[in-house]
Amino acid sequence: MVERRPFLTVLTHLTLILGVAFVALPVWIAFVASTHGAHDFISGLMPLWPGDQMVKNYWQVLSQGESTAGAPPIGLMLFNSSVMALGIAVGKIAVSLLSAFAIVYFRFPFRIAAFWVIFLTLMLPVEVRILPTFEVAASLGLLNSYSGLILPLIASATATFLFRQVFLTIPEELAEASRIDGAGPMKFFRDILIPLSRTNIAALFVILFIYGWNQYLWPLLVTTDASHYTAVMGIQRMVAVPDSEPLWHLIMATAILAMLPPVLVILVMQRLFVRGLIEQEK
Amino acid sequence: MASVTLSDVGKIYPGGVEAVKSIDLEIADGSLCVLVGPSGCGKSTLLRMVAGLETVTGGTVSIDGAPVNDREPAERDIAMVFQNYALYPHMSVYDNMAYGLRNRGTAKPEIDRKVREAARLLAIEPMLQRKPRQLSGGQRQRVAMGRAIVRDPKVFLFDEPLSNLDAKLRVQMRIELKRLQQRLGTTSIYVTHDQLEAMTLADLLVVMNGGEIEQIGTAMEVYERPQTTFVASFIGSPPMNLVPAAVADGVLRLTDSAAQVTLPADRRGLSGAVIVGVRPEDLRIDGGSETGGAETLAFPVTVTGVEPIGAESLLHSQTESGADVTVRLPGYAVHAAGAAMTLAAPAGKLHLFSADTGRRL
Repeated sequence: MVERRPFLTVLTHLTLILGVAFVALPVWIAFVASTHGAHDFISGLMPLWPGDQMVKNYWQVLSQGESTAGAPPIGLMLFNSSVMALGIAVGKIAVSLLSAFAIVYFRFPFRIAAFWVIFLTLMLPVEVRILPTFEVAASLGLLNSYSGLILPLIASATATFLFRQVFLTIPEELAEASRIDGAGPMKFFRDILIPLSRTNIAALFVILFIYGWNQYLWPLLVTTDASHYTAVMGIQRMVAVPDSEPLWHLIMATAILAMLPPVLVILVMQRLFVRGLIEQEK
Repeated sequence: MASVTLSDVGKIYPGGVEAVKSIDLEIADGSLCVLVGPSGCGKSTLLRMVAGLETVTGGTVSIDGAPVNDREPAERDIAMVFQNYALYPHMSVYDNMAYGLRNRGTAKPEIDRKVREAARLLAIEPMLQRKPRQLSGGQRQRVAMGRAIVRDPKVFLFDEPLSNLDAKLRVQMRIELKRLQQRLGTTSIYVTHDQLEAMTLADLLVVMNGGEIEQIGTAMEVYERPQTTFVASFIGSPPMNLVPAAVADGVLRLTDSAAQVTLPADRRGLSGAVIVGVRPEDLRIDGGSETGGAETLAFPVTVTGVEPIGAESLLHSQTESGADVTVRLPGYAVHAAGAAMTLAAPAGKLHLFSADTGRRL
């Protein structure tokens, strides 16, 4: 839509600026808070400009954590979160690529039924099945382990559905041509399907990484040992301190640090991400 | 180099649809066989059965005398060119052509030599490093052919390979394809719905309809002696005119008309209802004298329109019984719609078909 009206241009830009401010303001406040000393918040007034305690606050979060609240140094938590988010993203993609491959390219009894059963699990996210899932994880001895953090979250109906749609847009002749070219099913999967779904895989990776990074309830249940705490959990622990004021400057520093890895992932994969979401040409 | 033999080949889809009914066909080594017919006639299914992309539900497909029904496509030593080319979009032209050879475990220098040779043959050498999306339709078509050529197969299979090209390029590629096939001497099966393409390419023309073969022969045999009304109306552009008539005592009389003609001596034994066919180029406008004569069928028509197409004009008209008749006239002809005139055709140029079975009499 191209309209040459100065008023509209101003209006659209105003709207955009408002939108950006709306989204960015909390982040700015968090950053500002992380640069002040502990006493600047007691008055109840929120400072709007950065203070001079930035280095000190970040150093404390990185080196010691907040031991009174039972939060370990953030380095370990960031590592744990990364392992979990990467594991979930990679695992989900691998599992759903394979299941979509099976559903689209193979004729087997109850194929459609299998697809709909997978689809139905959309209605059963972790939060709904959390008790039975915990029970299973506990009896398998997965508590306080990375596998326990990752495996119960690894099946994804959404991703399976997405890859199914992607595969359906790939012309059938490609599969036939590769059959004539002597490629077996797995070779076709590796040489043709995966390269052709590259941008979709990247887009999904970004979304799933952030999904994994932001997991809160499940890590809270399945880890009881500080060595497996994730960043999001750590922040919650710091807020919910007994018998004292939360140390907002440290909490905000942690929050800012916890925001960085997903941002990094988005920055690195931005081009593929956008192409994967909008590109239709095969 | 190989012959392809189909004996009693049939295909029934799981839903019960019989796409191909008991086909017998022998394609000689090195020849180019064209399967032509309207869409849904089973020609593509037949080709895909030879390729191994469809299971054969009846009969035997043999390549070089060996039954291949149960062999995977890659084991049949065939190569196929698809209508939409089916190039791998993420691979360069070189990799597209080399992929099949790599899967076979061909040595690298050998692959390189074959790919470059095919590229030279098809004049796509400068494009070897490009991706398919950077190529024009004609170039993609060449790459698809190149992919088939490098494998040095026993049989080439073409599934409407030219139908995605524009008209001019299609003619050019058609000539090139024919030349290439003759040069390589590889047995080929070519599927098309374009009768002109079929006529110009075919060593052996197979006209199919409703899952069955209507006629097999060289292009000119099929054109000059169509065995059924279907073939008569499918081959030739514009197609043969078909007009209902009846034969009695060696005289052919058009339905609802006084027009009649005495049949040649060898056809006098016929009698009953027939369909008479006459090619548009065998008709001429009779100059006034309505004396049909013994040797000429002259019948009145009403002009419905004229299409000038350059070197010739097509005159569309209707007989008294309502049958459409097209006449090919040389040059630029002007006739008003609604005008009445008489058309004439020599008795020797008339094709007679049974009114019941549509078979040639």
